[in-house]
Amino acid sequence: MGTRQVLERIKVADFSWWGVAPQACRELAEHGATVVRIESHRHPDGLRTMVPYKDDIPGVDRSAFGAAYNTNKYSISLDFAQPKGLEIAKKLVQWADIFAESNAPGVMAKLGLDYESCKKIKPDIIYFSTCAQGQYGPHHKLALSGAHSMYVAGFGEVTGWPDRGAVWTNTSYTDYISPWYLVTAVIGALLYRRKTGKGMYLDQSQLEAGITFLGPVMLDYAVNRRAATRMGNRIPYAAPHGAYRCQGDERWCVIAVFTDEEWKAFCQVIGNPDWAHDEKFATLLGRKENEDELDRLIEEWTQNYAPEKVMHIMQAAGVPAAVVQNAQDIFEDPQVKHREHFRFLEHKVIGRHAYNAPAYRLSKSPANIWKAGQVLGEDNEYVYKEILGLSDEDISDLVVEGVITTEADLPEITGLY
Amino acid sequence: MTHQKEDSLLGGYRVLDLADEKGLLCSKVLADLGADVIKIERPGGDPARHIGPFYHDIPDPEKSLYWFTFNTSKRSITLDIEKSDGQEIFISLVRTADFVIECFPPGYMDKLGFGYSTLSEINPRIVVTSITAFGQSGPYKDYMASDIVGMAMGGLMSICGDADRSPVRHAASQAYAQAGVQAALGTLIAHYHRELTGEGQQVDVSMQECVCNTLQQDRQWWFHGHLMATRSGGNLSLFADMEVPVIFPCKDGFVACQALVYPTPAGLRQWMADEGMADDLMEEDYEAWFTGGIAAVAMRGLDPEEMMKQHTHINDLIKAFFMTHTKAELYEGSLLRRMILNPVNTVEDLLESPQLRARDYFVRVEHPELGDTLTYPGAPYKLSETPWRIWYRPPLIGEHNEEVYEKEFGLSKEELILLKQANVI
Repeated sequence: MGTRQVLERIKVADFSWWGVAPQACRELAEHGATVVRIESHRHPDGLRTMVPYKDDIPGVDRSAFGAAYNTNKYSISLDFAQPKGLEIAKKLVQWADIFAESNAPGVMAKLGLDYESCKKIKPDIIYFSTCAQGQYGPHHKLALSGAHSMYVAGFGEVTGWPDRGAVWTNTSYTDYISPWYLVTAVIGALLYRRKTGKGMYLDQSQLEAGITFLGPVMLDYAVNRRAATRMGNRIPYAAPHGAYRCQGDERWCVIAVFTDEEWKAFCQVIGNPDWAHDEKFATLLGRKENEDELDRLIEEWTQNYAPEKVMHIMQAAGVPAAVVQNAQDIFEDPQVKHREHFRFLEHKVIGRHAYNAPAYRLSKSPANIWKAGQVLGEDNEYVYKEILGLSDEDISDLVVEGVITTEADLPEITGLY
Repeated sequence: MTHQKEDSLLGGYRVLDLADEKGLLCSKVLADLGADVIKIERPGGDPARHIGPFYHDIPDPEKSLYWFTFNTSKRSITLDIEKSDGQEIFISLVRTADFVIECFPPGYMDKLGFGYSTLSEINPRIVVTSITAFGQSGPYKDYMASDIVGMAMGGLMSICGDADRSPVRHAASQAYAQAGVQAALGTLIAHYHRELTGEGQQVDVSMQECVCNTLQQDRQWWFHGHLMATRSGGNLSLFADMEVPVIFPCKDGFVACQALVYPTPAGLRQWMADEGMADDLMEEDYEAWFTGGIAAVAMRGLDPEEMMKQHTHINDLIKAFFMTHTKAELYEGSLLRRMILNPVNTVEDLLESPQLRARDYFVRVEHPELGDTLTYPGAPYKLSETPWRIWYRPPLIGEHNEEVYEKEFGLSKEELILLKQANVI
């Protein structure tokens, strides 16, 4: 169990899956809320069927990705599409302060668990829905993964090289914008309920949340009719500003020079070669004009050094520079270690593995990450008995009737990517 | 408008915003939820006002579209907190405030005598959010950082770009935006704690960690199997020896489509056949590609060379087919066939999106000084009971000096003139 925490009286019925809403509920759980995750073996969370699996063997309880956003939660297996299952789901609504869901619009209404239905059971419920494009509108029923939403939201058009096509960024980027916003509203809604006694409905379109991260690009088009497109690593007000090849296989370092002082310091670090004192590189305008040549000359220098070395000596001279870190680098990064960004927990099937912490440290009400992602239905006993007050006999009846699902109800798991 | 703010989620709370680009969005999140955000600018204006693009390309601190975007619903005063008169004023502002948001290098606020412990003595309820590149302590705490440094150190950049070129950052300062919103989240949890207990606290945000938290499976891939995702252009990353395209050019741009990864039975193949562009794909040999996808084909134990040959053949045909259609045609067609395909939208596409229009997403904000009304991105969520809104346009430099200093703090006109001459405000 966790220590006393800021949200410890808050109870969350988490009917959500995939990335966004589970991550939002996770933030609440890591600050003390009791989050019960309602899952079913018949339709397991898609993330549970994505790589990497423990020992490369597919299975709903074997995916480290499936575990990643579900720390500190209690998982029950319940088929609430069945009448008896729905009854139990409604008991959880009665119990909860917050209801979370991330299905395609309309699904919860069909199941009898939409906001209006839940409000009748619990008038002051705070109910949030998050999905690709919001609860209404001509495209609202189009379910998209975040990997696709980021292209719908405009990020794909502006990321990459000007002379090449759009790139697959290998992250479902809008999935890592939407949950942060969601929690700000949920915390606000909790305080609003405290003040007024009223609950609330939150409708999040992940597309709309995403576009807020492209504000200047949007305004530039709306005002100046300039449609932003791909610019590589360049920005109008700094040069050099890019990633440069360093010693080693696929090792890179970024260097970003904004001011004259930084340029002078940069030249000093690279040993003041003749070219660095060429007139044409003396001013920002000159460096922008000759940026291709500048980048080439810089790379001739950087490729003789490890990226860590470039970063350290540039930084020591006051020039912004950084290793382009891959996943391994991040695990080994002394700053990341100092911040205890990774927390290592024992998962029942996967074993000891790493979870990321929030990016903020609260001095008085810190996050506490104490429970690994759950095996599907891991907390049936605790939730059905302690929270819902069912007897052993009730529970075994529900298992026999297939209302509480078991491994026997699983579809074949073949997920790869 | 103040009375309407009473119904908003953060109406009645005051934020002192000392933030730079890493934190402008943090206080905007609070401001659009109704908080009274006072942007404290140095005399002459916030340096971030010099970042383009600019209104009609006129470089002017009052015309930065970059600055506009992240400063809606705020008020502005000018104040030099390095001068002793300015510090006195800042202290009296802290007495009236609920939040301070700052992005100075670690130790700077302490040096001015405004470290968290001092501020909390002045106002025990204060929540101080410090947003820095690497956090308040640790070996890299003093490292210089701009957006691209955050993207590089957080890991997002290493997996983005083309294999034969350097990594690229996600465009438009995403590390700053991530830091801003994740900081807002931590700030609100501290706010909740304050409302329960009456005590404020310090929120220490690392931009690097904010970016780390946008990585998808990369950390798990590494930790569990020492697999490393790589830059893969428009292809999926993990199939290193086989190019699996997911970004395809079409007649007027690009579409993203995982037709062979998450296949939809018959969808794409039938569509191509209907238009006479399926060649031999309807044959038995190719069935598994379209019903089970690449994973299913891989599991059949096909000879790798033959598999590669089939894959290339199918993709050549798909590419040719997509080139005969526009983004809009492909999107509409895929909706009918329940295929996972969507346009790589341009900003123009977004402004004309029927979905966004139906939801009144974009917000028109009047700028009387420009004689114009500008279109801003709207709410990140719709709340049933309380308004999210852009309460007012971004402020002019020191626009609210008089309102704050004279009306709220009772400074006299003479004192204001004096402070102005001393370059304090």
